[in-house]
Amino acid sequence: MIPREFDYHAPQSVPDALSLLQQFGDEAKLLAGGHSLLPMMKMRFAQPGHLIDLARIPELKGIRESGGTIHIGAMTTENELIWSKVLQEKCPLLVEGARLISDPQVRYKGTIGGDISHGDPANDHPALMLALGASFVLKAASGERVVPADGFFVGTYDTLMKPDEIMTEIRIPVPAPGTGYCYAKLKRKIGDFATAAAAVTLRMKGEVVQEVAIALTNAGATPLKARAAEDALRGKAMTDASIAQAAGLAMGICDPAADQRGDAEYKRAMTGEMAQRALRMARSRASR
Amino acid sequence: MTRKQTVSFKLNGKTVDVVVEPRELLIHTLREKLLHTGPHIGCETSHCGACTVDLDGMSVKSCTVLTVQCQDADVLTIEGFEQGGTLHALQEGFTTQHGLQCGYCTPGMITRAYRLLKEIPNPSEEEIRYWMAGNLCRCTGYQNIVKAVQYAATKLAATSA
Repeated sequence: MIPREFDYHAPQSVPDALSLLQQFGDEAKLLAGGHSLLPMMKMRFAQPGHLIDLARIPELKGIRESGGTIHIGAMTTENELIWSKVLQEKCPLLVEGARLISDPQVRYKGTIGGDISHGDPANDHPALMLALGASFVLKAASGERVVPADGFFVGTYDTLMKPDEIMTEIRIPVPAPGTGYCYAKLKRKIGDFATAAAAVTLRMKGEVVQEVAIALTNAGATPLKARAAEDALRGKAMTDASIAQAAGLAMGICDPAADQRGDAEYKRAMTGEMAQRALRMARSRASR
Repeated sequence: MTRKQTVSFKLNGKTVDVVVEPRELLIHTLREKLLHTGPHIGCETSHCGACTVDLDGMSVKSCTVLTVQCQDADVLTIEGFEQGGTLHALQEGFTTQHGLQCGYCTPGMITRAYRLLKEIPNPSEEEIRYWMAGNLCRCTGYQNIVKAVQYAATKLAATSA
C-alpha cells in the first residue's frame, strides 16, 4: 500500500510552516506523528499534494508547568506524556489515558496535537481534553487564538481549526490537589479504537460532589460532554444510585455508529458502563 | 511531478544515502534499496509490528514512516544486533527459550524488546506484556517470548554489572 505522489516539506519553524500552508492551501496537509494520516494516505482516502512535516520544529515539543497551567507542545508524543514527571504528578488522568492509546510503537510517533486536531471522535484525547477543561492554541500567519476544548469539536473529522492554522500548544489548568480522575476504556484488543470510553474528573467534599466533568469517547459524531449527568451529580452525595442515574443520563446523549465493534444499543450500554466505572474509580481516588 | 529526494541516515552504524520519492515507506527502502530484509512486511497497516525498527531511540513500525522523515536519523534493524559473530542477548534468549516457531515476527519482536530493555532494564512479566503489545505472534502464545525477554534482561544486567 503506497500513497499517491506528493511533495514533502520539513520546515524548521512555525512561521515557515505557516507560509508553506498559505502557499499550498487546500493541496497541503500537516503531518504530525503520521499514524492517522499516513494510513489514510496509504488507503488513498487522503491524497494531499503537499505534506508539511512538523517534526523538525523544536518549539512544538515539550511539557512545562507555569502559573497553574500545564503547557504541552502539540508535537509531544504519547510516550512522552506517559513518562512525564509533571503529568504523573499533576495530571495523572492524561497519563492514564495515553497508556490506553493504541500500542507502544504507535505511542512513540503519535502526538497529542495530531490526535486532537484530527477530529476523530474515536480518538481518546478529545474526551480527555473536555474532562480537563483544556484549551488549544491555534496559530495562523495573521495571528494566534486560544480556543476552549468545549465547543472545538464540531463533527466527525471537523473542528474549529481552520485550514491555514496550526495547533501549537495544549493548555490544561492544573487540577486541584485531590481531584479524582479516571479514563475507563473498553476496547476489543490492543491497537483498536474504543468501543466506548469515559473520562471523569471529580472534586469531593466529604461525600458531596463539588465539581465533576464527564466526557465520552466514540459515542457520537464528536466527543460528548455529558452535561445532564454532571448536573445531576453536582452538589449531592455520590452514591451507587446517583452514579447509575448519571450513567443513564450520559447514555441518553449517545448516538454511536454501528460498526464491527457492536451495534448502537450495545455501544450505548457500554458507554454507560464505562461512565459508571470511571465515576466509581474517580470517587475512590478523590480526597475528601 | 514529485521530486525525488536524497536522504542520508545511519543504518546499523553506517551512513547510507538513498534517493527516494517522498511517498516511499521506510520498510520498502530498507528491504528493496538497502537489502536489509530482516524487518518483515506483515500487515502493512501498523498493527502487527513485524516491520519494527529502532529509529532515534524509538521503536517504530517502518510501514508507517516515510523514508524522507529519516534524514539524519539513527536506524537499527535486526541485522545490527550480532556483533563480531556473537549473538545479542535477545537473540540468544529467543533461541534458548524457544521464543519463536515460524520466526516471521521475531526480528520485530527482538528490535522492540531491545528498546524496552533500554527503558526498563528489569521488567516484570506484566510490563513485558504491556510494552510488547504492539508485536503480534501467531505461533507461540507469547509465553516463551516473555521468557526470552526475561532471559536477555538477566544476561544484560549480569554483563553490565
